[in-house]
Amino acid sequence: MNQDVTITVIDREGKSHELIAPTDMAMNLMEVCKAYELPVEGTCGGMAMCASCQCYLVSDHDLPEKSDDEEAMLSEAFHVKENSRLGCQIHMSKALEGLTVELAPE
Amino acid sequence: MVKTDIIIIGAGPTGLFAVFEAGLLKLKCHLIDSLPIPGGQCSEIYPKKPIYDIPSQPEILAGDLVDNLMKQISPFQPGFTLGECAQTIEKNSSGDFIVTTDKGTKHQAPIVAIAGGLGTFEPRKPNLVDLEKFENHGVDYMIKDPEKYRNKKVIIAGGGDSALDWTIFLANIAKEVTLIHRRDEFRGALDSVEKVQKLKDDNKVKLITPAEVTELHGQDFLESIVVSNEGKIKTITTDYFIPLFGLTPKLGPIADWGLEIEKNAIKVNNSLDYQTNIPGIYAIGDVNTYAGKLKLILCGFHEATLMCQSAFQRIYPDKKNILKYTTVSGISGFDGSRKEAKKSTIKAIK
Repeated sequence: MNQDVTITVIDREGKSHELIAPTDMAMNLMEVCKAYELPVEGTCGGMAMCASCQCYLVSDHDLPEKSDDEEAMLSEAFHVKENSRLGCQIHMSKALEGLTVELAPE
Repeated sequence: MVKTDIIIIGAGPTGLFAVFEAGLLKLKCHLIDSLPIPGGQCSEIYPKKPIYDIPSQPEILAGDLVDNLMKQISPFQPGFTLGECAQTIEKNSSGDFIVTTDKGTKHQAPIVAIAGGLGTFEPRKPNLVDLEKFENHGVDYMIKDPEKYRNKKVIIAGGGDSALDWTIFLANIAKEVTLIHRRDEFRGALDSVEKVQKLKDDNKVKLITPAEVTELHGQDFLESIVVSNEGKIKTITTDYFIPLFGLTPKLGPIADWGLEIEKNAIKVNNSLDYQTNIPGIYAIGDVNTYAGKLKLILCGFHEATLMCQSAFQRIYPDKKNILKYTTVSGISGFDGSRKEAKKSTIKAIK
């Protein structure tokens, strides 16, 4: 069975990138972006401690609730909107098929 | 002028371990780091997080890893210039490098090893009009001398450990401390959260949550801030505003040293000895890039080891040397200490 999902990431210049992401490699959205060499720093390595992977949810997917760590980091980050999420906290799963996100400013 | 054999820029795990490997070759090191403490990211970002991929350490806290490295390198008496950022590099007439920090401290050595990780940690600044105008005129991003705030009114913004810690510390020094955060919840050590709760209950600090500072006002010096608290806007007079929203790394001044940069990292000559395009300047650990690069602490240790062997060759091109095993040769510290394996017991059985 195909374990991949196709997601769309809109970069900071407004360009859309279609990414094919495996769901069986324990990857998160920040890592998928990095694997495709999109300009996502992921400074803290995925510990929800830097917000360099902040993105805005564009599609109407029901993502899992934010953890306390993610809430705390977003409460200290800049350019935060209602639909802000940390890419490192979004784990690749089949439910994300068709997901669209936009990278938040650095 | 600090004189040494290897100037190491960056006191993270890779830079610290380089001191050990250099020490085995009788080379002295001096480390420069913009943070006030050694350890780099391990100390600044995640001291309490476990690391599982350090060989022979099934689980170790990042902070403990730094403590162990400091202990391991102590016989080799490294020098430290902490809280200063390496700003410029030049060569003197004898071919040595002179590295000068933002505070003007000068260091001289034939070898420079850049172990700068992701770069210099700079404060994350909130997006406020006139913020820069008030920097050092009432707005501080780091507390260097707490005495500066004695009997002054201070407003701290942030929701993490540093905001909590400084609120607690300044409560006894400043005339008035107000902590402002976007949420009611704080992410910090439980002990710190409880202390701030008690200070608030005892009316020793003021807490405004969920709230955000939206404006800064004053002539030459900061005089007041505007805070938005659940739709209510109010102006508070203050002497200081200290936003503590964490630090973010920037490659910083080393980006202008004439080194070949690729993807925000320093390009090195593959995995030969991690030398940059400038002979005598090496880049090790997360700061470098080459084909197959992996940003891992364990890879940084390996790179530091190869770098030191190459540095030795550069400093003493005619001196014969061979790799030694510490199990066989032990460790002779520059402090006169000596560690070595116990001699075998050889005794007849009759």
